[in-house]
Amino acid sequence: MSREFQKRFDVLVVGGGPAGIAAAVHAAEHTARVGMVDDNLAPGGQIWRGGSEGKLPEARSWLERFERAGVTTFSATRVFDQPEAGTLLAEQEGKTLELRYEKLILATGARERFLAFPGWTLPNVMGAGGLQAMVKSGLPILGKHVVVAGTGPLLLAVAAYLRKHGAEVHLVCEQASWGRLAAFALGLVRSPGKIGQAWQLNKDLLGIRFAANSWPVAAHGSEKLESVTVSRSGRLQTIPCDYLACGFHLVPNAELAALIGCGIRDGYVSVDENQQTTVTGVYCAGEPTGIGGIEASLVEGQIAGLSAVGRASDAKQFFRERQKTRQFAVRMERAFQLREELKTLPDAETVVCRCEDVRYARLQPHGTWRAAKLHTRCGMGPCQGRVCGPATEFLFGWNPESVRPPIFPSRVESLATMSSDSQ
Amino acid sequence: MPSEISVRVNGVEVSVPQGATVAVAITIAGSACRRSVSGEPRGPLCGMGICFECRAVINGRSHCRSCQIPCEPGMDVKTDE
Repeated sequence: MSREFQKRFDVLVVGGGPAGIAAAVHAAEHTARVGMVDDNLAPGGQIWRGGSEGKLPEARSWLERFERAGVTTFSATRVFDQPEAGTLLAEQEGKTLELRYEKLILATGARERFLAFPGWTLPNVMGAGGLQAMVKSGLPILGKHVVVAGTGPLLLAVAAYLRKHGAEVHLVCEQASWGRLAAFALGLVRSPGKIGQAWQLNKDLLGIRFAANSWPVAAHGSEKLESVTVSRSGRLQTIPCDYLACGFHLVPNAELAALIGCGIRDGYVSVDENQQTTVTGVYCAGEPTGIGGIEASLVEGQIAGLSAVGRASDAKQFFRERQKTRQFAVRMERAFQLREELKTLPDAETVVCRCEDVRYARLQPHGTWRAAKLHTRCGMGPCQGRVCGPATEFLFGWNPESVRPPIFPSRVESLATMSSDSQ
Repeated sequence: MPSEISVRVNGVEVSVPQGATVAVAITIAGSACRRSVSGEPRGPLCGMGICFECRAVINGRSHCRSCQIPCEPGMDVKTDE
């Protein structure tokens, strides 16, 4: 089976969020053949998703620079394998693309961490970022009743966004304690840019009830969500709602880095001062190196882009700023660390692996992720453990094992192009 | 006001804003996207193409991640595959 399309790049960027855009823009200023592969319909990633409506000047300016940079962009395209060093295979609308590179920049972003609790599989229980993405993709939210829950700064951003678009946001439940939140808020003094953001958020959040020490314990409904029970500082409260937007901070998308053989530590891709991974010529920027938010992504993207085209000395100007964003990432991780009580949320019948409907009680007897996979099919469905992996890591302390291609479900034809190459 | 387009979800006409994804059309229609292996109704979770919970049959093609596919006029969407 032949690959239907081949192209060669000096620098290939995987991921079209802020880190990927910043990297591609800087690389394209110094070399002609820069390509970008992105799973989404348009560049911008999750944070800059969905048209120009309401975009901050910073987003507009980066997206305009990107447009002018002349980067060959493959949207709605998903990388699924690297059959040999310097070649990625990707799938776009049923076609297999073979993309060759001299230098590779991984800017694969992060996804939400989901935790299992009774009823969390009901339709209209979504991620916090998940519901926001749906609204950005056209879901009408005007007058809808919403509860936001989980942990992390995304909860407030999502609550503010939803309210601005007319949702009735009844409550934001944050599992972190007031003490940790206060320490985190004080730390913002060290990040002046964040204070502006926090102030803007504050105005948008006026009147929304916020509860620390609080988390969802059960979602109720038959065919879809009807209400949610939350624990607010130990007191149970049931709130009728149309949507529950629930996410527990973010986890890095490190699957492609792992497949390529990049060193990974505590789930994050290891990089040197030039954002180069342990594989020579492969760089990584943004959330996969540590959950640091948009400033970290932009600064690391710029460093990676310059380093990949041999301009490491120009990249040094960004090192100080990167140091600050890294400190912010560490403070964020500390503030929003998951509390032990959340491990008791699933009951025996709660589905943990949504692809294969593996329930909590079936997972319990197993000692490792591998054993659970072999005996229960946990993590063997189409999401390949991207949802249940981080959940079982928290629940049972399991570590995901090595990644194998294809890293996303692919057409049989695409798989054929993989095997023809390796033989 | 953004203009609206019309698609069919399980045979019923649904109006969605221009540019809306198929997952949005299914949610507006009040349908689940799919049934899980033990028959539970499921809908979009991550909204960004990672979780595969929003799979639906679009113009006869099954297992489409409906949150990553924009609606087109006259599109035929079937759920509960």
